[in-house]
Parts: sequence; structure tokens; C-alpha cells
Amino acid sequence: MVKGWNWEGFFEYLTNYYLFEGAMVTLGLTVFAISSGLVLGFFIALMRMSRHHFLSAPASFYIWIFRGTPLLVQLIIIYTGLPQLGIRFTVIQSTLLGLALCEAAYLAEIIRAGISAVPKGQVAAARAIGMTESQVMRYVIAPQAMRIIIPPLGNSVNSVLKTTSIASIISMEELLRRTQVLIQEKFLVLELFVVAAIYYLIMTTAWDLIQRRIERRFGKAYGPMSVGNH
Amino acid sequence: MADNRPVIEMQSVNKWYGPNFQVLKDCSLTVKRGEVVVICGPSGSGKSTLIKCVNGLEPVDNGRITVTGTDVTDRKTRLPALRAKVGMVFQHFELFPHMTITENLCIGQEKVLGRSPAEAKAKAAALLERVGLSAHAGKYPGQLSGGQQQRVAIARALAMDPQAMLFDEPTSALDPEMINEVLDVMVALAQEGMTMMVVTHEMGFARKVADRIVFMDQGEIVEIGDRGTFFDNPKTERARSFLSKILVH
Repeated sequence: MVKGWNWEGFFEYLTNYYLFEGAMVTLGLTVFAISSGLVLGFFIALMRMSRHHFLSAPASFYIWIFRGTPLLVQLIIIYTGLPQLGIRFTVIQSTLLGLALCEAAYLAEIIRAGISAVPKGQVAAARAIGMTESQVMRYVIAPQAMRIIIPPLGNSVNSVLKTTSIASIISMEELLRRTQVLIQEKFLVLELFVVAAIYYLIMTTAWDLIQRRIERRFGKAYGPMSVGNH
Repeated sequence: MADNRPVIEMQSVNKWYGPNFQVLKDCSLTVKRGEVVVICGPSGSGKSTLIKCVNGLEPVDNGRITVTGTDVTDRKTRLPALRAKVGMVFQHFELFPHMTITENLCIGQEKVLGRSPAEAKAKAAALLERVGLSAHAGKYPGQLSGGQQQRVAIARALAMDPQAMLFDEPTSALDPEMINEVLDVMVALAQEGMTMMVVTHEMGFARKVADRIVFMDQGEIVEIGDRGTFFDNPKTERARSFLSKILVH
């Protein structure tokens, strides 16, 4: 039986508050995953770049595990598997934990690449005027690394916005989960998933615009007037 | 001009890169207040490494280096505090590309010396005036020529009111027509009595202002002479051969 497209149902779901809330949860999960991933990833990147094996080896191991396994498997292990060992997390806790741990591994690699791309001479120059190691990081390495990190970081934000949908598998009530729940009402499968797709598109497009502004801000010292440094 | 207090003292400094390659062999050198010492020698002779050991940018394996009495080689020495007293100018300028010229001159004054932003800006403006770059204060390093960038780099080092200045091949990365604008600033600095250690191939500069010339080859200080004797009457065959190669043209 061909049902055809139901405009009325489509607009009803497009303005549905329950779905809108789900989209806000998706947004919240993304903000949390990226910000906690950045903090955790920064320290993992520093460990990874350390000359000391006892720091770099655990960091490499961490990155290997979390980049080498699907987030889906990680979430199921955290939510469904760990209780077997007596470690229990709620759905929300499991989702936040899984997203943060996984994203930290990806962001650690992005941050490491950004820091490594700052020329060694910059560090020498900063030390030579008497900066301490943390001042060198804060005033000289970090701002220059940021410029390199922003494009891949923006990619990560875009990707995480969509990846959060995986948490629906452990019944986290984000956009996709709520879309699936609403299907039970009228079985408007196509209309509902198109609405969900539109929400995802609005969020990723908004992020694109924000990212471009950030890139301009960090790139202003390297604008079209620039003739290159070395 | 030079009084007798040593600003930089190096005693029997040795340094290896790996087990088999010794970059510095038993180097000893004293630079007195107000003295200008030029270090020359073929590439790979260890002159850049030697100058980077003075402010601890390169660690030494043994020997002793003191700067205004503070032991650089002592593990307990706070190197950042010591480095703030010694200005350094690099071959590739190394201005901070994400900061304006003024910000480049202020960051060390504010964050290391704790000067107020107003005080730092005033000092920056005076130094830019001095190196003839006031018009470029608000620009970014990428918008300046190499010679201009290097003059800013000298001003940035001077902004810290250093006791001595180290120059590591300051004109080697410059186009020929920009070399003199940088050398002029350095000559003026030397004539004002700044204590300077300069690694350079610019023998014209050495003849003009160097109190002493240090010739290095294969990690050793082969010869130290005043500018007259070194150029006209070098003591060693190695120095003679080096000079004949660079002064012929």
C-alpha cells in the first residue's frame, strides 16, 4: 500500500516540542563531548609527546583502544557490560562517559598535530625572552596551534553532532531516539525521519557558519596582506 | 669601553650529540662588560651551538658557564629568570606571527618582567622609533620584510633591558640588500657599549666593532684575537685558510 507524503503530519512533527527537546539534548551532548574531549585530549596529547616512556606509552595505548573500536561497542560495554563487574552507570552517565572518552582520543591526535606544527624556533624564542614552560605553551604554542587545530576540530564537531545518535542504542533520549519513539504514534516513518534530518542539517549548518568566523579570527595575522614569515 | 667584570664566562665546555659526535670541545671564553665578541668559523664548527649554551637553550655535558655570576649549568638555576637578562636574536627572526609588532615587544615585558601594559607599550614605541619601524607598530610580522622583521627581533630583545645580547647569524637568512639595515642597528648598539656575542660571517661588521674575534673549527676555539691581529696576522693555519676563503671575493 502506498500512503503518499503527509504534509500535515510533517509540519506537526517539525514543530513538535518533544522532538525539539531531543535536538537540544543532541546539541548538549555534542558540546559536552567536545569540551570534555578537548580538556582530556590536551593532557593525553602532552603525555603522548613526552620523552618519558611511562607517560607516552599509556597515552598511545589509550588512543589505540578508543580510536580502534566503534563508539557503539564502547557504549554497550559501558552500559550493558560493566554492570557484570558491579560497575553501574545510568544511561546519561554512560553516554557522557563514552562520548568524552572516545572524543578525547580523536582530539588528542588533532591537538598533538597542531602543537607539533609550531616551529621549534618559536619555542626557543619564547624561552629566550625568559618565559617559563607554561607561559611558552599559553602565549606562543597554543595560539599558533589553535589556528592549525580549528579546521580538523570543526570537522570533529560536525561529526560528533551526528555520532551522538549512536547513544539511542542504549536508549539515550536524544533526537534519533525520540524520532523512533514518535513513530509509534502514526507510523509516519518518512515524515519523521525527514524532520530529524532537517534538525541535524540545521545544527551542522549553524556550526559551519560559526567555524568560519572562528577561522577568520585566528587567521587574521595571516591575512591576504601577509607575505609569509620564513 | 670594556671594564673588567666578566658578563659571560665559559670554562672548558664540552658537548656531544650522541656518543660519537662532539660538537663542543673544551671551549673557554670570557666576555667582559661592554665587550663585542664576534664568533666565526666554517659551518658545522659549533659556533651556533656555543652561543645557544650561554642562555641554556642548549644544555652542555660538562664545563661551567656563568652569566653575571649565575651558573647556567647548575640544575638549580632558574633558567627563565636568567634568560630574561640575556637578549637573543635568531637567524630566522622568530617573531611571534600571531601577535602584532607592538605585542611582540610587550609580551615579555608584561609576562616575564611584570611591567604594566602602559609602561611596556611606551618602551616598545621608543624601541621601534630607534630601529626606524614606528610606522609598522600595528602590523603583523608576516607583513614586514626580512630586514624589518630582524630589526623588530632586536627591539624585542632590547625591550627586556638585557645585560648582554646574543646574535646567532642574524643576517644569514636575509636578502643581500637588507643586511646593512640590520648591521647598522647592531653597530649602533655596539658603539653604545652593549655587551655582545655575535655569530656571523659579516667580517666588515667584525672589523668595525669587534673587540675580539673568536675563530672556531670542528667544535674547538682555535684562535682568539683582536680585530687587527686576527685579520691581518692570524696565528693559526686553519684561521688563515678560513679567512682566505671568505675574504677573497
